[in-house]
Amino acid sequence: MKLTLVTGLTGLVLLATIVELLRRRQLREKYGMLWLGLLFVVIPLSLFPRLLDGVADLLGVASGVSLVLFLGIVFLLLVCIHLSWEVSALEEETRTLAEEFALLRAEVEADRAERADRQELVHRDG
Amino acid sequence: MVNGKRLLVIIPALNEAGSIADVVREIRGELPGVDVLVVDDGSADRTAAVAAAAGARVARLPYNLGVGGAMRLGYRYAYDHDYDVAVQIDADGQHDPRYVPKLVDLLDDYDLVIGARFAGEGDYAVRGPRRWAMGMLSMVLSGLAGATLTDTTSGFRAANRRMIEMFARWYPAEYLGDTVETLVHAARRGYRIQQVPVAMRRRMAGTPSHSPAKAMIYLGRALAVLTLALIRR
Ligand SMILES: Nc1nc2c(ncn2[C@@H]2O[C@H](COP(=O)(O)OP(=O)(O)O)[C@@H](O)[C@H]2O)c(=O)[nH]1
Ligand SMILES: [Mg+2]
Repeated sequence: MKLTLVTGLTGLVLLATIVELLRRRQLREKYGMLWLGLLFVVIPLSLFPRLLDGVADLLGVASGVSLVLFLGIVFLLLVCIHLSWEVSALEEETRTLAEEFALLRAEVEADRAERADRQELVHRDG
Repeated sequence: MVNGKRLLVIIPALNEAGSIADVVREIRGELPGVDVLVVDDGSADRTAAVAAAAGARVARLPYNLGVGGAMRLGYRYAYDHDYDVAVQIDADGQHDPRYVPKLVDLLDDYDLVIGARFAGEGDYAVRGPRRWAMGMLSMVLSGLAGATLTDTTSGFRAANRRMIEMFARWYPAEYLGDTVETLVHAARRGYRIQQVPVAMRRRMAGTPSHSPAKAMIYLGRALAVLTLALIRR
């Protein structure tokens, strides 16, 4: 009973945190949905830990609780992989931005040099 | 100039080289004196070059930001260059620029005017989950805005200076954010929203970004986006 209280409360606190972060626009929709979806699985499980016993039996896992632990670890791994993928994409984007910036600067400087040249010509002629 | 106002047409475009030139030319022909800004969102084809040749100003994003990202750039441009009105038109030729003066007329009394299907003009039909999603969005958003809005995901919109100022600062880049979330946000903050019935045409070239198979997912995501927009501040 005590354990159920602890796990259930933890789940609710997490839920409240995520909803509040979403509300304040600190979390992008796609991540928010991911965590919300997870909590809708986790909270019932924290209240009724034996919920997955049947499935565990089917898969040959001794108890529902170890199945949840296993799935939890797989999920966290997937999240880590996803985050590294996102970071790679971000790195590629900043790289493109830096190139864009350098190209722009080169163009602006070429432009400035050309204008200076022309002005010098005008001075010499005049 | 339309009705004495300085007007910028913003066209978000992704791989629309097949239609963008005609769209730009038609706008410049129907609405003499307006400026056209094409936001090329990292197209792999010649969209930017073709649009520039047709007489549009082109802002090229270095990589794809989505319609929302492209539109904020457009509104910032409108804000920085002191336009009175910004009109958003799709690059695929579905929106008829002859409706623009009608939309702009209403901007004296409203901040955001939507060119809407399903309001009497034209014979555009949608079926299945996509239709349910649109019905749900239309019901909730009409209630929020205090006006009948039949086509909340329409990309045909006109914004006055007040609205431009807000969109230049805040414009979501998330899925459906450019349509649904902007409406919720604006209605909540007291901006006045209205619609004008329009007939839409078929896209001239290229492919639409939605397929029938995605309709069900669309319904789910529309629900999620709407719920999120409603609980957000
Ligand atoms: N900037 C930008 N424009 C896009 C993107 N995807 C689609 N568009 C443009 O948005 C407009 C509407 O796209 P379309 O596929 O016709 O959507 P639909 O009319 O709602 O079916 C067109 O002008 C497209 O070129 C994108 O990722 N970035
Ligand atoms: Mg279209």
